[in-house]
Amino acid sequence: MTTHTLSVLVENKPGVLAHVAGLFSRRAFNISSLAVGPTQDDQVSRMTIVVDGASTPVGQVTEQLNKLVRVLKVAEMHEDAAVERELALVKVRADPATRSQVLEVAAVFHAEIIDMSPATLVLEATSSPGKLDALLAMLEPYGVCELVRTGRVALARGAGSITDRSLAAVPASAS
Amino acid sequence: MQLTGAQALVRSLEHQGVDVVFGLPGGAILPAYDPLLSSSLRHILVRHEQGAGHAAEGYAWATGRVGVCIATSGPGATNLVTALADAYMDSVPMVAITGQVPSALIGTDAFQEADITGITLPVTKHNELVTDADRIPAAIAEAFHVASTGRPGPVLVDLPKDILQAPMSWGSWPPAMELPGYQVPGPPDPEQIRAAAALLHQARRPVLYVGGGVIKADAHAELRQLAELARAPVTTTLMARGAFPDSHPLALGMPGMHGCYTAVAALQEADLVVALGARFDDRVTGRLADFAPRAKVVHVDIDPAEIGKNRTPDVPIIGDVRTVIAGMTRELAELVSSGGPPDTGGWTAAVDQWKQQFPLRYTQDADGPLKPQHVIERLSALTGGDAIVVSGVGQHQMHAAQHFSFTKPRSWINSGGLGTMGFAVPAAMGAQVGRPGDLVVAIDGDGCFQMTAQELATCAIEKLPIKVLIMNNGFLGMVRQWQELFYDERYSYVELGTAIPDYVKLAEAYGCVGLRCERADDVDAVLDKALAVTDVPTVVDFRVHDREGVFPMVPAGRPNDEIVLGPEFSADEQRAATRREVMAP
Ligand SMILES: Cc1ncc(C[n+]2csc(CCOP(=O)(O)OP(=O)(O)O)c2C)c(N)n1
Ligand SMILES: [Mg+2]
Repeated sequence: MTTHTLSVLVENKPGVLAHVAGLFSRRAFNISSLAVGPTQDDQVSRMTIVVDGASTPVGQVTEQLNKLVRVLKVAEMHEDAAVERELALVKVRADPATRSQVLEVAAVFHAEIIDMSPATLVLEATSSPGKLDALLAMLEPYGVCELVRTGRVALARGAGSITDRSLAAVPASAS
Repeated sequence: MQLTGAQALVRSLEHQGVDVVFGLPGGAILPAYDPLLSSSLRHILVRHEQGAGHAAEGYAWATGRVGVCIATSGPGATNLVTALADAYMDSVPMVAITGQVPSALIGTDAFQEADITGITLPVTKHNELVTDADRIPAAIAEAFHVASTGRPGPVLVDLPKDILQAPMSWGSWPPAMELPGYQVPGPPDPEQIRAAAALLHQARRPVLYVGGGVIKADAHAELRQLAELARAPVTTTLMARGAFPDSHPLALGMPGMHGCYTAVAALQEADLVVALGARFDDRVTGRLADFAPRAKVVHVDIDPAEIGKNRTPDVPIIGDVRTVIAGMTRELAELVSSGGPPDTGGWTAAVDQWKQQFPLRYTQDADGPLKPQHVIERLSALTGGDAIVVSGVGQHQMHAAQHFSFTKPRSWINSGGLGTMGFAVPAAMGAQVGRPGDLVVAIDGDGCFQMTAQELATCAIEKLPIKVLIMNNGFLGMVRQWQELFYDERYSYVELGTAIPDYVKLAEAYGCVGLRCERADDVDAVLDKALAVTDVPTVVDFRVHDREGVFPMVPAGRPNDEIVLGPEFSADEQRAATRREVMAP
């Protein structure tokens, strides 16, 4: 699945999330993940939205987002020019017989153990989305009891920031 | 200066230059109605809030200014939803003001509480629940700015009762607007304009595909210059009727599902389609993949999201269509002065031949049933096109768009995108309020009319002499036509009957003049009579043929090349139309 990661700066006002989510549902765009949080500017929140590129025309998404009055800026984060991370908490079955194997997997993926019970371990992993999927595939055979993922967040590499890049740079003909 | 939120609201509307609001009060909006009484604003008390919404739209269509409607919370606000959705689809500048339950009660399922900002999110350009009385002036200024700039649209401002009652400090007008995320496209790219002009200069089979944006941008004069310089035929969509005079030799009429054969065929055969403030709607393109297959496309729109949404253009131009057309004309004039005029003589000759061969055709027998097309053509002739024509949705709408000869912009008002039955009477009311000196004629269906006929009371009391011509075929005619063509003539719940209500008596009960016409011979006399009334509304019950269809027709989802001319044409003519021998340019 090819995905696109969009960073969306929005006014930190009530109802903005509903505006953005409403746009996606009305236009039948598919969201794979959505993460929202504050930024260095307390007037501004940042959403990182991952869309499925096969089912959703990313140019249209960008243009339609730009039309929302409370949306300040939309920029696509390209995989090779951005750092992307996602955090997962995984509760995995680990009895005395399998615990050491699970710990080994965790160590390989630099996942931390943050809770433990006689029958389970809770792992915390922060990673690029692909690695996280690999970790989960490794844990699957032991039995994943519960999983929570934050959704992807991303920042462009280098000295520049999203706020000093013009959005008009997204060419209309690319849509 | 200390004011209440309500006083600030009314004062803001006055400063905004609003002269009329359409509304109906109730509990939550009551505080605003008090200062309204002593303001400079004219308030028109509608009989249903949907009427207020469509009236605001009609006002905006007719004048180009922002229409304003006002309603109370809960059911008052939800009654506006259809009109908001209508305005959103047709890019009509409109501001809706709604009362809301007091802030402390929001979220508690309080009496007459409705989450109207939530409900209208997908059908407004923007909306806001105001939570601070001091913000009212800015919220109103922002609403008008957003509604009227860029691609216009409806904006809703929701005002809790306690905010209307709260004290606020009035500063200076205009207030500072806080719209950091709202951008109106800047000047168009001159390179792209030059590229478009070059294509127009080289094209052998160009068509200007003109949409509602041209009317909204007041670009009709520039359009005419461009068309004449480019020697390019012009088709005006349902949203753009009147943007180019139908009497002009380059006019093709309307494109699309019920478009003129010539307009549809010209787009299909074009080597260049220049879309001006149009959005490649499915009703125009037919099956998208087969639309204008041989054409390069120039797409001009103020809304960047429209460009490439349905058809990827060769030359995209984002910006005000009036500026762009003027720029294209300038560039083209230079090319013409050095390289001669565009060589479109063969093309316009072919187009003229199609017009001769495959015109809009219907038959009005002297003693046969009355045809709606005949009524509309007589109206067109008797008024010389000098009327604001408003329509409902259905067969009568298509007949009106096809057969009235439009000569001026803002003389055609209808519900294009949403297709809202019940639009005509209240929209005509709004148009008449905005243009009191002009003749406003609603061409309505019997089904549509019954959805909002109550606004006749408003019109009669306000002395708005609109004419309502009901094309009474006793059916939900357009649906009946689809059942005839696509459901084996199984007429499932589409018959309204012609006798109930008695439209003449109904008109009279509402304080209007009521007339009836059943024969072709009487049409002129009845129309003359109706047009002579100048103090109250007039309703005419035209008993028209119940089997009349709308043709030509491209069946929904089919390629435009499958256009059906209809029963007025022979099989030979249909074959010739389908084969469409194109001259080689
Ligand atoms: C509010 C609404 N409900 C249903 C429809 C579906 N519809 C489209 S045209 C039409 C028939 C309209 O009947 P009438 O007003 O008599 O016009 P006619 O087609 O007979 O001229 C209907 C029901 C609609 N467009 N709007
Ligand atoms: Mg009817």
